[in-house]
Amino acid sequence: MRFDLDRPLELTFALAPDLLLIAGTMVLLLASAWGTETAKRQRAVGRWSIALCVLTLAAVIYMWWAGHTATRGAIAVDPFRWATDVLILLGAILAIALSMDYLERERIDVAEAHVLILFAVSGMMLLAAARDLMIVFLGIELMSIAVYVLAGLNRRSGRAAEAALKYFLLGAFSSGFLLYGIALVFGATGSTNIADIGAAILERGLTTNAMLLAGVGLLVVGLGFKVAAAPFHMWTPDVYEGAPTPMTAFMAAAVKAAAFAVFLRIWMEAFPYLNGAWHKPLWYLAVFTMVVGNVVALVQKNIKRMLAYSSIAHAGYLLVAVVVSNFEGASAYLFYVFAYTLATMGAFAVVIALAQTGERGQQIEDYAGLWRVRPGLAAAMAVFMLALLGFPIFGGMGFFAKWYVLQAALRPPSQTNLAIWVVGTSLVSAAYYLYVVMVMFMKARPAEAPSPLKVPGMTRFVIATCAIVLLVVGIWPRPVLRVARRSLPQLVHLSEDLPRAPAPPR
Amino acid sequence: MLLQQVAATTGHPLSGTVADWMWLLPLLPLLGFVLNGLLAVVSVYRRGPADPAAESGHGHGAGHEAVHADPAHAGAHGTHHHVPPRHKFAGLASIIGPAVLFAAFGLAVSIFGAMSGASHLEQPYVQRYFTWMPVGDFRIEAAFQLDQLSMIMVLVITGVGALIHLFSVGYMRDDPGYPRFFAYLNLFVFFMLVLVLGASYPVMFVGWEGVGLCSYLLIGFWFSDKANADAGKKAFIVNRIGDFGFLVAMFLLYANIAALDFVGVSQRAGELAPAIVTAICLFFFLGCAGKSAQIPLYVWLPDAMAGPTPVSALIHAATMVTAGVYLIARSAVLFALSPVASLTVAVVGALTALLAATIGLKQWDIKRVLAYSTVSQLGYMFVGVGVGAYAAGIFHLVTHAFFKALLFLGSGSVIFALHRAYHATHSRADAQDMRNMGGLRRYLPWTFALMWIATLAISGIPPLSGFFSKDEILAGVFARAGHSTLAEATWLGIPGGPLLYAIYGIGLFTALLTAIYMTRMMLYTFHGPNRTGETERSHLAEAPWVMTLPLVVLGILSAIGGWLNIPEIMGFLGPPQWLHHWLDPVVGAPTLAVTGGEAVHLAHRTEYFLIGGAVAIAVVGILFAVVRLKPARLVTKDQAVPERGFARVLANKWYVDEAYDRTIVRPVVGVSRRLLWTVTDKWLIDGLLVNGSARVTSFFGRLGSYLQTGSVSTYAWAIVLGVLVVLGAFTLR
Repeated sequence: MRFDLDRPLELTFALAPDLLLIAGTMVLLLASAWGTETAKRQRAVGRWSIALCVLTLAAVIYMWWAGHTATRGAIAVDPFRWATDVLILLGAILAIALSMDYLERERIDVAEAHVLILFAVSGMMLLAAARDLMIVFLGIELMSIAVYVLAGLNRRSGRAAEAALKYFLLGAFSSGFLLYGIALVFGATGSTNIADIGAAILERGLTTNAMLLAGVGLLVVGLGFKVAAAPFHMWTPDVYEGAPTPMTAFMAAAVKAAAFAVFLRIWMEAFPYLNGAWHKPLWYLAVFTMVVGNVVALVQKNIKRMLAYSSIAHAGYLLVAVVVSNFEGASAYLFYVFAYTLATMGAFAVVIALAQTGERGQQIEDYAGLWRVRPGLAAAMAVFMLALLGFPIFGGMGFFAKWYVLQAALRPPSQTNLAIWVVGTSLVSAAYYLYVVMVMFMKARPAEAPSPLKVPGMTRFVIATCAIVLLVVGIWPRPVLRVARRSLPQLVHLSEDLPRAPAPPR
Repeated sequence: MLLQQVAATTGHPLSGTVADWMWLLPLLPLLGFVLNGLLAVVSVYRRGPADPAAESGHGHGAGHEAVHADPAHAGAHGTHHHVPPRHKFAGLASIIGPAVLFAAFGLAVSIFGAMSGASHLEQPYVQRYFTWMPVGDFRIEAAFQLDQLSMIMVLVITGVGALIHLFSVGYMRDDPGYPRFFAYLNLFVFFMLVLVLGASYPVMFVGWEGVGLCSYLLIGFWFSDKANADAGKKAFIVNRIGDFGFLVAMFLLYANIAALDFVGVSQRAGELAPAIVTAICLFFFLGCAGKSAQIPLYVWLPDAMAGPTPVSALIHAATMVTAGVYLIARSAVLFALSPVASLTVAVVGALTALLAATIGLKQWDIKRVLAYSTVSQLGYMFVGVGVGAYAAGIFHLVTHAFFKALLFLGSGSVIFALHRAYHATHSRADAQDMRNMGGLRRYLPWTFALMWIATLAISGIPPLSGFFSKDEILAGVFARAGHSTLAEATWLGIPGGPLLYAIYGIGLFTALLTAIYMTRMMLYTFHGPNRTGETERSHLAEAPWVMTLPLVVLGILSAIGGWLNIPEIMGFLGPPQWLHHWLDPVVGAPTLAVTGGEAVHLAHRTEYFLIGGAVAIAVVGILFAVVRLKPARLVTKDQAVPERGFARVLANKWYVDEAYDRTIVRPVVGVSRRLLWTVTDKWLIDGLLVNGSARVTSFFGRLGSYLQTGSVSTYAWAIVLGVLVVLGAFTLR
């Protein structure tokens, strides 16, 4: 059906999965506050959190399947939102599964960890739905505050505390820019609704309006911080390294996915007519991010820092989808984030499995000769590294993910130079991804190296699932690609009696 | 998949007949390759104490024929008294290997039957399977083409191939790599069939490269001996030069007429400029010179004798080396347009025939005699296709496949007997040197009789097959010297007419030499006293029937093969010129183009005279050898004194290998080592580009992590800087 968002009941229906998740999270928050902190309770809350996520996932898929639409309003009801929700919930389920084992090993018996993940997911789902800049801000803050706490979850670790504080301070700083940007855009167009902004820019010919342009620039800064685009990336390595590893994985996968979803939606719906103004700056932002992420990753010795820089590099590749801002970009984004979520989650899961208690044993050199002692883990890690690299067959989906981003960039008006940067920086990335593979398979294991701990069940499940799905979809990408091609944002203001954008979607 | 995509060419007389199954022809040997390959892989050969190769470093079994220079070898024979165990899957491999070939031959025969029954076969029957390379609007189809020429080739390949597979069952019996051998041999037949069935130059090239690969694998089949591995490499590298020519010719065709399939090329060949046609033909001929061992690229073929003898018979005598002749016959449309290229082919063929025959006079290794004989006979075939007598060239190709396969398999039978004898007495004498043979007619009567048939055939004694095919070529040259486009052209300033007479003369003289060296080989091998050794003599015996039976069949074919194409003037023998008429739809028009529009006709008197002369020369050669050579005076190899004078030059093969080594190999190696390796690779690529770029990149990486101070205020300032840049980019313009 077509929801009339002005009527409260229909608005409630349009937000049903989000409301379901938030209500369930409240209940779990109370449940986790009940009684004493024990590992058993932590696991129980974790299981319930996963169940809640699965339930929400079912609701999302039902909404998707039902094919609802909505009138112009504060939230979007379209396949793009549901696809993004699925990716976010997938990341959340994997992260909760990993943190259940991790928290037990590190003796952090705080059941609230899972609840905080759920709160962050609520914020992310709000971001995926947002069609109003106020909702965007609400979603970002809801997500961010939960993630700040998650980063500092381990109260006994100085590094975690430092990470949380840095993230919080810089996050607050960048939120200021975001809010200011929203204010300036509102001032120039008289609306915070994304669709209305797009229409206003066209109707009133605001393409050279300085206030609007400054607002757009500040939005780039605020969103760029959340997706860790260079030069707003500097918090990333410190926070990713210091935070508990499952939370790092969650940040690297789900936070990035949500922030990019809203980035894409704003750019495709609100600013298509400003193309001339933002194209160059975003182009340079994408290239700079790719270069910085890949080049600095080269010299990292710690695997979590290396993966942090790798995630910056991937933000650069995803920015390419924003730069092209067309339907190919949107579907390439969805496919890419699916592959990236699986590969990143898998890689961090291996890091968790191999770390000794207290987050030791995370230097890349500690993985020397892993093939000899843990062939399964080494093979899975190789798949994740090759997937992040975009290697065919053995990297599974990773190859197609990069391939579709390149195709989106080469769709007319063709961005050949941007595609060359993607390929060139991917070449650099081969050096550090393959280095991990080389260390695992070709270096001898030192005699004094401690033997890895037994891998707990949930972690093993996450690693196996990620590797298998990557490989299977890598051989048979068509169904996933078909879903990604169909899950596009519905540009309401375009469907309603307005001329098409200057860079018309196909 | 293939089955569904076979798109029958509707309207062709062959569609709906058994010819629709032609895709199965190459698929059968491919199936054999897969099965035998699996057998070879699942039983990975491990050297154990029971395995003689563990000590000797050689393959074992019948084919143990490499020069026995390895001192450890005697120890191997001296200390182990055992019968080498047969391969675990030998039984299965010996069924699969030949069976797929016999099945393919059966299919080929029934397709041949369908073709003989059909009428209006002017156009080839092309089956398209899928588009292999779509390049813009130019498409290269994976397609097979059946016509009279490819039919003849398929019959020869599967027929002779099946016999040689059968022979191998006995010959390779005790080899530890038995299934691997059949896997390679089946794979070779697959690629050879792709080569002759391919409907375009690129598909043909797939087969062309594939047979080269199999040749390499089989020459170096006993790769644990370095000399064998080196021989394989030599064949491969020399062939690369030829393949370069093939590729360039294809590029030129594509660039000029944008057609690479045979039908398209024959339709549009007329659009080509004369100079371009000549270039294309010469580059194709470079490919032929590599694959078919012509000057200057013939040097790999004698060394290729390092492979097992059935390989020499199948690949290096009967089929693969004739691929060049097939290529020229297939491209007859192009060659007929270029008298210069055709004359080049004929001249090179004649010179190769002569050179190889002279070397063959003084070789002692029985297989080397046959190798040079093969090079020489290939030269004949190129003379045939070079002068535009395409049917005659293919005719000689067919008869040569019969008698040369017989000669090689016969020599294999001899080597097998000698090797067994030496093995039984633990001698390490050379089982391939004719000085160690002699008088074998008493021990190997079948081989003796059959090899004499083949020898008389190759020498050109009527009514054996070689007489007809060689006469056809020589008569063709003689006739065209009088009147043809070639006679009117000039080649490097030499008028074509006299040049063709000279080629005819060379051909006759080579026939004389052929008769001499072949009779010499027979005399030294089978006649006179036996020199094998007192103790070994009692172990000499005929090989088992699986090896003798193929010899008998080939002997019959060598004897009667000439009936394929009886000259007009001998019409009393049977229907004349059958092969000529059969091939007429494929090469008839180019043949007429060369002869100026009318069929060649020599006066009957001239023709009788030519035939009489050729036969006389063959008889003279044989008698000369019988009278002059004294097998009784020969001494065994280890007592022999080196040759002196001109004989020494011949025994050393005109020092061509040495000359190549000095002028090409060493300079190339020197330049590669000093310039390409040290300067370009180590310094420029490794040092500057690879490590240099890595160093520059990691410098920036370190710079980046240096900025990563860990202090929040630095990060905040970085953000502010970023904000300023972004705002500037948005607002300042």
